[in-house]
Amino acid sequence: MELLLIFMLLFMILAGIVALWTDELLSAVIAVGAVGVGTSVAFLLLGAPDLAITQIVVEVVALVLLIKVTIGVGVRTMSGMPSPKRLRLAAAVTVLLLLVMVRSFTGLPEFGSPVMERVDDAPSIVYLEEGLERTGSANQVMSVLLDFRAYDTLGEATVIFTAVFGALVLLRKKGKKDREDDDGGEDEE
Amino acid sequence: MNNRSLIVSRVSRWVAPLIFVFGIYVALYGHLSPGGGFPGGVILSSAFILTLLARGRKATLERLPFGVAKKLDAVGALLFLCIALFGLVVTGVFFANFIHQYLPGEPLRLFSGGTIMPANIAIGLKVAASLFLVMFALSALRISTDEQDEPIRTLEDK
Repeated sequence: MELLLIFMLLFMILAGIVALWTDELLSAVIAVGAVGVGTSVAFLLLGAPDLAITQIVVEVVALVLLIKVTIGVGVRTMSGMPSPKRLRLAAAVTVLLLLVMVRSFTGLPEFGSPVMERVDDAPSIVYLEEGLERTGSANQVMSVLLDFRAYDTLGEATVIFTAVFGALVLLRKKGKKDREDDDGGEDEE
Repeated sequence: MNNRSLIVSRVSRWVAPLIFVFGIYVALYGHLSPGGGFPGGVILSSAFILTLLARGRKATLERLPFGVAKKLDAVGALLFLCIALFGLVVTGVFFANFIHQYLPGEPLRLFSGGTIMPANIAIGLKVAASLFLVMFALSALRISTDEQDEPIRTLEDK
């Protein structure tokens, strides 16, 4: 299974490079979609169907959105390289991040063994053992998301709400003041 | 835009309701099987996005008017907050699973898990309406190359 995972990771890295390399925006968007599908398959291989479903569904919708925007705006290609100075800066940041990743990943426990098992009464153990009894939810992921850690979910919902609110305000045709001058503050529709 | 294919438009008429029902199932059974409010909401909104892409803005707005989607978005968010506040009122703990404490359902049945199912419904509503609104707003954004007078169309144009 680890071989399959490594294959999926290589596929995703390849798709990411294609997304950066190609001049055509549509190909880049589709390559980014391939990265998303790879992530979804990786989640499925690691035994997280909830994440896999969310990832594939969001990926599909995001891909449709991006393609719609790319085609709709009328910009088809985008080429050219950044200046050598910025390229050197990017390379330096990448190398630095890689070093940090190597340093932090070697400190992690063995692949497949939970971090929290080292601690007595770790939340992850308690959630798994008492989840069904305390929340009545057969799906342990939901018992964590919407009961033990529902406060986090509320924050996530607020983020989406605010983001959509901001997008709608930015994409309005007229500001409120103009509209009041025009037709007496009538709402749309 | 009248160059839509007849086949795509007809098939989308048949497929969109199925996607809609599947979205409701994924959101409603989140506490029993993989899924939940978020993916369920995204699937729900993708039924409308399919209609929008295959049959255009007018046909979509007949099914889900823009104002209704905006209200659903707000209602979903408020419903989720209300579930949390009810927990605070009934038991004194924010987000307490008060339904499960007083009316524990049989595990693995639809009516189990207390507040988890209503919360999933609220999040599903919210996410579905949000994503539909984003898609609709972006579908209105279009820079036309031949008309220089009004380069960017916005939400209020039909």
